[in-house]
Amino acid sequence: MMFFRSFLFFFGVLATLLLGWAGLVGMPDAMISEIPPPEGLQRYTAEQLYGRSIYIREGCLYCHSQQVRPEGFGSDQARFWGRPSVPGDYVFDKPHLLGTMRTGPDLLNIAARQPSEQWHMLHLYDPRIVVPGSIMPPFSWLFEKKPTAAPGDIVLNLPDSLKPDGRAIVAGRDAKALVAYLLSLDRTYPISQGTATLKGK
Amino acid sequence: MTKQRTARRNSAVNPDFSPAAAPADEQSRIALDESARTPTVVYFATAVVWLVVGSVFGLLTGLKFSLPDLLGTIPALTFGRIRPAHLNTIMYGWASLAGCGMIVWLTTRLCKVQLQLGWFHYVSALLWNLGVLGGTIAVLAGYSQGLEWLEFPRIFGAMIAAGFLLFAASVVQTFRVRQVEHLYVSLWYILASLLWFPLLYVVANLGLYQGVVEAAMNWWFGHNALAVWFTPIGLAGAYYFIPKVLGRPIYSYYLGLLGFWAFALFYNWNGIHHLVGGPVPTWLVTVSIVASVMMVVPVLAVAVNHHLTTVGHFRMLRFSPTLRFVVFGSMSYTAVSFQGSLESIRSFQEVAHFTHYTIGHAHLGVYGFLSMILFGAMYYIMPRLARWEWPYPSLIKAHFWTTAIGIALYVVTMSIGGWIQGLQMNDAAIPFIDVVQNTKLWLWGRSIGGTLMLIGHLIFAYQFFSIIKRAGPRRFAPALFREPAPIEAVRIEERAAKAG
Ligand code: HEC
Repeated sequence: MMFFRSFLFFFGVLATLLLGWAGLVGMPDAMISEIPPPEGLQRYTAEQLYGRSIYIREGCLYCHSQQVRPEGFGSDQARFWGRPSVPGDYVFDKPHLLGTMRTGPDLLNIAARQPSEQWHMLHLYDPRIVVPGSIMPPFSWLFEKKPTAAPGDIVLNLPDSLKPDGRAIVAGRDAKALVAYLLSLDRTYPISQGTATLKGK
Repeated sequence: MTKQRTARRNSAVNPDFSPAAAPADEQSRIALDESARTPTVVYFATAVVWLVVGSVFGLLTGLKFSLPDLLGTIPALTFGRIRPAHLNTIMYGWASLAGCGMIVWLTTRLCKVQLQLGWFHYVSALLWNLGVLGGTIAVLAGYSQGLEWLEFPRIFGAMIAAGFLLFAASVVQTFRVRQVEHLYVSLWYILASLLWFPLLYVVANLGLYQGVVEAAMNWWFGHNALAVWFTPIGLAGAYYFIPKVLGRPIYSYYLGLLGFWAFALFYNWNGIHHLVGGPVPTWLVTVSIVASVMMVVPVLAVAVNHHLTTVGHFRMLRFSPTLRFVVFGSMSYTAVSFQGSLESIRSFQEVAHFTHYTIGHAHLGVYGFLSMILFGAMYYIMPRLARWEWPYPSLIKAHFWTTAIGIALYVVTMSIGGWIQGLQMNDAAIPFIDVVQNTKLWLWGRSIGGTLMLIGHLIFAYQFFSIIKRAGPRRFAPALFREPAPIEAVRIEERAAKAG
């Protein structure tokens, strides 16, 4: 009797967890992992992937989501943040960066909205230069100070007041890669029915 | 009802009940405490250190919303690194280690047997602390895995998992040689969590999935870490300490049973409500919403059970620190769970998701519920292990009020500010930067509340290390919030004698 009760307890307890795993992770895995990547979706280049790792390193995901809500659920569509995202948009993403917070705007289609490399550079160096009142943190360590810029350097167009000793501020390797990644974030290509239906509405 | 069944029911509703309660009990309790002492104190002491470290990270995180350039040139202290450092030090450092300490002590009491394989805990505490330390440094240095709740690089995750297994082995061994026939409710939650958590943590750390499925895994894990580890710790504590301090049996064994199994069944399925409106199949989200709403059943069962145990005895809250902290935690549990059920619903999520509202909710759970219960547990357990009363009752009072007011302020301002943020974000006529501007004032609430909590933690840490060193004025009666009137004093003493 005692043995039977203990067995029932442990079995029951284990079963609840395993069922949840099968249902919430296993089932979608079986359904979604079959999806072919949409035609318009490019693989990340090595540089973009490195930039993506900077995005993770600096914790951008704690303030920015990468998922676009459909019409009728929030204002993503009215704000022109891109078409509602579908599972196919993420097939090359590991780790996923869907995010849970929008202290800043969604970034899944930031390249379509803001294609300017210079803007992103300035914004990362000090967000308040381009967006007064922003509460995004500055990421100045992604940049280098040089007495004179070398040819091929991406120089920040800063007003003189922000260049204390008159030296040039140029994008470092990490800043270039991060911006390359941001400029790859454009999932506005059309999607075929197969990918779309899974979305279910 | 047969005699045997009555006995079983009695031992299941009353943590204290033993058919042959004898004066020898006192002696055996001392022996039990002796066996659990060092492991429990080691877990508690390191937990308190992580609490202070984690709240410094937390306060800094909050301040950075208001002062984005604060320490803005130091990469290791950028918002995006200290925020996960805060979460991980609090969850895996403070709450888990404090929970381990409480579980070790509770298990010896509830199984009425000395702690088995006690030395496992030294290795476990070492591994666990090194894991949290290494993981935190790694996150600050920029080596996060990039998954929320799973930021620590695998090697440190593995250390924590190994530590957990050793901890669990000792607790299970103690359980196996138990001297009681039937198991009190707290033990169900403890045993279940020992089974659930390692499995969950290891699976989540394996990195089996990609893309959207990984997101589903991420939130299955994130929410389940609460479901299968942190909430059971809190509930085990509440189920034990409320009846214990009151010297009354828990109101209903059957409600406890219902609560436990409904909890086990539904909580598991909650996680995907974090992806409402996201790129996952709708049925998946719906399943999670249904399960989240069903959580009303176990929550109500626990709330009613605890309320009916306490009813008529609320004046004890004026005296007993343990009871006041635990009841505060228990009420927060009810509040945060109902809030969670509501929050999972689509129309609610449309506003609250992606905003500071959710952050307020998370803190009501982990702080208002779990941490407050852990404080209460420590106030009860430590004098018995140190054989020294808390030296400064007034500091307990200060600890309670700073943290209670701090968390209340935090949750209220974040909820209001977050809700406004959500409404405005959903109105495309309002430029995004204006939405940001309009949250600024509310976000100060987070820093002020956080400051109060940090002050409370420093006060608590000071008193905690005093009791370990047996420093401060020696006192011969339990530390109470106020001196009871003589008639009350007699009652409280009777209860204390009964409680042991
Ligand atoms: C503390 C939260 C926070 C963090 C961390 C953060 N951001 Fe932001 N971000 C914001 C806010 C708020 C805005 C809106 C105001 C603005 O444009 O600066 C924003 C705006 C942006 C924009 C412009 C979006 C648009 O639609 O105009 C980009 C691009 C961006 N952030 C990229 C990043 C990157 C890359 C990182 C990590 C290196 C990052 N952010 C980290 C809060 C944050």
